[in-house]
Amino acid sequence: MTAAPEQVDVLGVAREQVLERGVGLSEEQVLEVLRLPDDRIPELLELAHRVRVRWCGPEVEVEGIVSLKTGGCPEDCHFCSQSGQFPSPVRSAWLDVPGLVRAARQTADTGATEFCIVAAVRGPDKRLLSQVRDGIKAIRDDGNDIQIACSLGMLTQEQVDELVAMGVHRYNHNLETARSHFPQVVTTHSWEERRDTLRMVREAGMEVCCGGIIGMGETLAQRAEFAGQLASLEPDEVPLNFLIPNPGTPYENFPVVAGPEALRVVGAFRLALPRTILRFAGGRELTFGDLGAKRGMLGGINAIIVGNYLTNLGRPAQDDLDMLQELAMPIKELGRSL
Amino acid sequence: MTGPAVHCGYCGVDLAARDHSACAVRLRVLDPPRFCSACARRMVVQVTPAGWTATCSRHGEITSAR
Repeated sequence: MTAAPEQVDVLGVAREQVLERGVGLSEEQVLEVLRLPDDRIPELLELAHRVRVRWCGPEVEVEGIVSLKTGGCPEDCHFCSQSGQFPSPVRSAWLDVPGLVRAARQTADTGATEFCIVAAVRGPDKRLLSQVRDGIKAIRDDGNDIQIACSLGMLTQEQVDELVAMGVHRYNHNLETARSHFPQVVTTHSWEERRDTLRMVREAGMEVCCGGIIGMGETLAQRAEFAGQLASLEPDEVPLNFLIPNPGTPYENFPVVAGPEALRVVGAFRLALPRTILRFAGGRELTFGDLGAKRGMLGGINAIIVGNYLTNLGRPAQDDLDMLQELAMPIKELGRSL
Repeated sequence: MTGPAVHCGYCGVDLAARDHSACAVRLRVLDPPRFCSACARRMVVQVTPAGWTATCSRHGEITSAR
């Protein structure tokens, strides 16, 4: 008679592997974490928080984002209210340079160190890049030295080089979901095309910001797959969004991700990405409410977007700043890296 | 902005035609108005980190309180 194999507890393994050695969980291990029962969520979050403090430090990076070009996008990302292919109520709009300068100032006034300029496009054309160039110059002329990130879709090498020359220090381009699920979410371009842009961004010396959205019909295994694929990219930042079912999009009737499920994702992604800036992004207000956001901040998150998003509203920035103060989490200062 | 509010800013449907309590929640928590409350035209909306503006081609601009 042989003894039954001993059950290995994934959080016990993570304590040694991730907390002590800084080695992220594998896809298979992440899946185990995502399958933990609700009563183990506090233990998971406590471990994830210790991992983030150990490998990233105590500071939180605060960012504001703004939509430079809203709506009318030719792509069919099924979660997005800015696609021109769906009957969404979002109309096209362009933010002028003075508006961009004001938005950057509002962001800097919160104590944020990052300001991300976003456009709903497949990739930037000459007009858009010109607007970005003029906007960045005007922000600097305004005496604002906030770090500037961009999210302008898929890039050519020439465009990557232009952004570097403009002083853009980080580029956001989300893979959105697991490679195996991506064709169900987007049909007008491929996961590989997005990855190619990320590769060029990295090689050009910009920081890579790449995350996605939870709650788009993916399985738990696909969430684990996504965490593994993100980890293999070694991004500087991973923004974690939770689906906001926006009217007119194919996902308008999708359920909101439940709080406990979302907390498991936060903890699991931190254990997969011990050294990465893990940012709370869109949908946290809907998924967590005020109380849950605190639990997330104490569960592995070390960055937030404050204020409004691109087309949806967020909490007032001051509410989040008050929350960070209450949690005794210092805000990262300009010139420091996490 | 001119004109009485007769349409829902979230869905554009006549306020008297149905219950809009779910729309009101979205407008309070998640969304700026997308439809003009006077004529139900889709508005051009610009969201910024600290607020929003919504413009109806017929009835003008409204802005967030914050």
